[in-house]
Amino acid sequence: MSANTITRKLRSFLYAVLLLGPGSALAEYKLNMPESVTVVGKEIFGLHMLVLWIVTIVGIGVFGVIIYSLFKHRKSKGAVASQFHESTAVEVIWTVIPLVILVLIAIPATKTLLKIEDSSNADVTVKATGWQWKWQYEYLDEDISFFSNLDSDSNEAREKGSGVNVRTVDNYLLDVDKPIVVPVNKKVRILTTSNDVIHAWWVPDLGIKRDAIPGYINESWFKATETGTYRGQCAELCGKDHGFMPIVVKVVAENDYQNWVAEQKEASAAASAGSDREWSEDELMTRGEEVYKANCAACHQANGEGVPGTFPALAGGELTTGSAEGHIDIVLNGKSGTSMQAFGPQLNDADLAAVITYERKSWGNDASVVQPSDVKAAR
Amino acid sequence: MSTVAATHEHHHPTGITRWLFTTNHKDIGTLYLWFAFIMFLLGGAMAMVIRAELFQPGMQIVDPHFFNQMTTMHGLIMVFGAVMPAFVGLANWQIPLMIGAPDMALPRMNNWSFWILPFAGTMLVSTLFMEGGGPAFGWTFYAPLSTTFAPASTDFFIFAVHLLGFSSIMGAINIIATILNMRAPGMTLMKMPLFVWTWLITAFLLIAVMPVLAGAVTMMLTDRNFGTSFFDAAGGGDPVLFQHVFWFFGHPEVYIMILPAFGVVSQIIPTFARKPLFGYASMVYATAAIAFLSFIVWAHHMFTVGMPVAGELYFMYATVMIAVPTAVKVFNWTATMWKGSMTFEAPMLWAIAFVFLFTIGGFTGLMLGVAPADFQYHDTYFVVAHFHYVLVTGAVFAIIAGVYYWLPKWTGNMYHEGLAKWHFWLSAISVNVLFFPMHFVGLAGMPRRIPDYSPMFAEFNMMASLGGFVFGASQLLFLYIIIKTIRGGEKATDEVWEGAEGLEWTVASPAPYHTFETPPQVK
Ligand code: HEC
Ligand SMILES: [Cu+2]
Ligand SMILES: [Cu+2]
Repeated sequence: MSANTITRKLRSFLYAVLLLGPGSALAEYKLNMPESVTVVGKEIFGLHMLVLWIVTIVGIGVFGVIIYSLFKHRKSKGAVASQFHESTAVEVIWTVIPLVILVLIAIPATKTLLKIEDSSNADVTVKATGWQWKWQYEYLDEDISFFSNLDSDSNEAREKGSGVNVRTVDNYLLDVDKPIVVPVNKKVRILTTSNDVIHAWWVPDLGIKRDAIPGYINESWFKATETGTYRGQCAELCGKDHGFMPIVVKVVAENDYQNWVAEQKEASAAASAGSDREWSEDELMTRGEEVYKANCAACHQANGEGVPGTFPALAGGELTTGSAEGHIDIVLNGKSGTSMQAFGPQLNDADLAAVITYERKSWGNDASVVQPSDVKAAR
Repeated sequence: MSTVAATHEHHHPTGITRWLFTTNHKDIGTLYLWFAFIMFLLGGAMAMVIRAELFQPGMQIVDPHFFNQMTTMHGLIMVFGAVMPAFVGLANWQIPLMIGAPDMALPRMNNWSFWILPFAGTMLVSTLFMEGGGPAFGWTFYAPLSTTFAPASTDFFIFAVHLLGFSSIMGAINIIATILNMRAPGMTLMKMPLFVWTWLITAFLLIAVMPVLAGAVTMMLTDRNFGTSFFDAAGGGDPVLFQHVFWFFGHPEVYIMILPAFGVVSQIIPTFARKPLFGYASMVYATAAIAFLSFIVWAHHMFTVGMPVAGELYFMYATVMIAVPTAVKVFNWTATMWKGSMTFEAPMLWAIAFVFLFTIGGFTGLMLGVAPADFQYHDTYFVVAHFHYVLVTGAVFAIIAGVYYWLPKWTGNMYHEGLAKWHFWLSAISVNVLFFPMHFVGLAGMPRRIPDYSPMFAEFNMMASLGGFVFGASQLLFLYIIIKTIRGGEKATDEVWEGAEGLEWTVASPAPYHTFETPPQVK
C-alpha cells in the first residue's frame, strides 16, 4: 500500500467517524447521494438534503438535552430525583411540532412525486427488459434492439480465484459490453419489464429507479442536462448474479445520437450476414466459445458442469449429446418456468449455431455439428 | 395428605423431562431465551460470512449463490429465530411476575408454542444442506424468484414458516389471555407496567398478521406444486400481489419486533433515573397509535413497483405520520431522565444507547418515507443501515438491556458489572463502526444483497466488516457473562435495583418456581 492510499484510507475513516457528511467537498469518498444531472434528480437531492438537515437539527436538539441530563442529573453528582411525571401542555406541544414539520416536508415531496410520475410527451422511448442477468434495450421508434452484459474484463475478474486485482479493472462491475445511448436535454422515457424475475433499473446520477416486473410495463423518465457516462446497477435481488448486471447510459449531443442510431442500423444488417453461409467446425468452435462465455457460463459454468440442483450440467447431458433438434429447440425457445431463457430473440443464427456446436463438442461431448442454416430452419 | 405432596413433586420434575414437559412460565421463558440466543449466534455467524466476503471487492470466500443463501438465512433466523422468540421469552418470564399472576393462562399451549420452534428452526437450517441449496431469495422472498425460480428446498422453508407462525399465534393468544384474565386484584389496565402494555398490543398485531404471512406462503406452495398462478404473470397472476400480501404482514412485523423493546426501555429508564415514567398514558396511546398506523403503510416498501401516483402519495403521508407517536416516545424517555437521579448500571447503559441509536434509525426511517427520495434510497445499503439501527441497536439492544435488568431476579445472582460494561462499550462502539458507514455507501449507490462491489465502496465496506467482527465477538462475552451469573456471583436482593418499582421486585431472588399462588393486592 502506498503512503498515498494509506492517508486516503485514514482520511475517509476519520470523516466517517466524525460524521463529516453531507455537502462537503468529499466527492471522491462518495459519502452522499449524487447531486444528479437531471431536473427531477436534483429535486430529489434537494428533498434528501432538506430532510437530512431537519433530522440533524432535531437530533442535535434532542441528543443535546439527553447528554446534558446524563451529566447533570446523575446520582453521583448528588442529583435528587424530582417526581414530576405528567404535563398535558408539554405533550400537546411536542405532538404538534412534529406534525408541522411533516407538513413542511410533505409539500415539496408531493410536487416532486407528481413530476416523477409524469412521463408524458417523451422524445425518446427505450424499453429495458431485465433478464437473468443482463438488460435488453429496445428503442421503440428506431427499431434498434440489443443486449447489454457485464463487460468481459469485470466478468473474468469477478470469478473467485481469478487472480486479477479488481482494483486494476476500469469501472469494475459498473461497465457493460454495450451501453445505451440517449440524447442530452431530451425527455427519455424508460419502460421497464422483465422476462423472468423482478429486477430494478437504477442509475443514481439520473435520479431514476424503477422495478422491472414480469407481466408489467412500468414507466419512468429522465431528462439529462449534461452529457456524460452514467452508471448504475440492478437494484432488486434477482438471483445468483444479481450483483453483476450493471447499467451504463451514455448521454450525448443530439447529432452524435443520430449518428449512433444510423450506425446501429447498419451493424444489425452486417451481423446477420454471416448466417447464410456454411461455417467450418473450427470457426464454429472459436465463435461458440466466446458466445458461451458471455451468455451461458453464468449458469452452466465454464466447465459445463452446471450447479447441481439449479443449473443442469451440459457435459454428458441428454440433449447436448443427443439429437440436434432437441438441443436447438431448448436454446432457441428456452424452457418456460425455468431460468433457461429463450436465446432465439437474443442471438443471431450464426452465434446460435456456434454455441450449440460448442456445447456438443466440448467437455467430452461428441455430437453432430450444427450449421446456421439448421437454426434458421428451426426458427 | 400424600396426594398433595405427590402433585407437588409432579410440578417440579428434574432432568430433561423438566424441560420437555414443563408448563411453568419461568422454565418456558428460559427455554425461549436460550433458543433465541443460540439462533442469534447462528444468524450472527452467517453475518460474519457476509462481512468476510464483503471485506474487500472481488469474490474471495464464497460464491454468489451461497452468499445469497447467507443473506437470506441471516435475515430469517434473526427475525423469526432470535428477536421474536427472545421477546416471547421475556414475556413468559415477566408478564406473570409483573401482573401478579401465578402462571400464564394456557400453560400447556405455552409448552407447545415453544417446542414447535426448535423443529421449525432445524427444518429451516437444514435446507442449506439440500441439493440446490437453501432459500436464496432474501428474507422478503419475493415471487417469482421464490416460486418458479427457487430451489426445491423452498417447500421446506414454507413449512418452517408455517410452523413458526403457529408458534407465534399460540404465544400471542396466551399472552392476551393472561393479561386480560389474570391480573392481580387492583391491577387495572392503566396501572399495568408498560412492558405488559406493549406486549398486549404486540400480541394483537401478531394474531392479525401471522395468518397473512401463512396465506402468502401457502399461495407460494400451491404455485410451486399444484399449478396455481397467484404470483405468476404468465398464468394470469400478479407478482406485485405477493409484495402487497408480504408487506401487509411485514410492516406490522417490524413493530412486533420493536414495541416490546419500547416496553423494556420504559421499565428500565425510570428505575435508574429513580423517577416515574413521564407521560405514562401518552406512552400507551402512542403505542396503540403506532400499532394502528402499522396496518396502513405497508406499500412504502414498494414505491418503485409502479403504483398509481395517488397510492404513492397516500402511502407517503401515512408513513411519515408514524414519526409523530414515535417522537412522543423519545421525548417521554428524555423527560423521564430529566431531573432524575441517574446511575449507569449495565441495563441503563443499554437503554440509553437504545434511545440514541433507535432514534437515528427513526430519522432514516422518516427519510425513507419521503417517496421521491425513496426512489434513490430503495434497495440500497442505506436501507440496510436503517433497519439494522432499528433492529440491532433497537430491538436487540433492548433485549440485552432486559436480560441484564432481570437476570438477577431469574438467577438470584448479580452479573459481573465490570464485564458487562466491557460488553456494552465494545458493542456500542463497534455496532456504529459496523452500520454507520452503510449509510454512506448506500447513498453513494451501492445496492443491497450484492456479493461484490465496485472498489469505490471499498473503504467503508472494510470498516463495516471490521466493526462487524468486533461486534460479533463481543456477543461471546455476553454468553460468558450469562453463564457466569447462572453459576454464581454476588447474591441479589429481592428488590435488586434501588429504584425498581413493580410486583416482580416483591418476590424473592431468584424468583421461586411458583410465585403469586395467592394474588397480591395492588393499590
Ligand atoms: C439464467 C441461467 C441460464 C443461462 C444463462 C443459460 N441456461 Fe441453459 N439451462 C438453464 C436451466 C435452469 C436449465 C434446465 C431447464 C429444465 O429444467 O429443463 C437449462 C437447460 C439447458 C439445456 C438442456 C440441458 C439438458 O440436458 O436438459 C441446454 C442445452 C442449455 N440449457 C443450453 C444453454 C445455452 C446454449 C445457453 C447460452 C446461450 C444457456 N443454456 C444459458 C439455465 C440457464
Ligand atoms: Cu437483476
Ligand atoms: Cu414498513
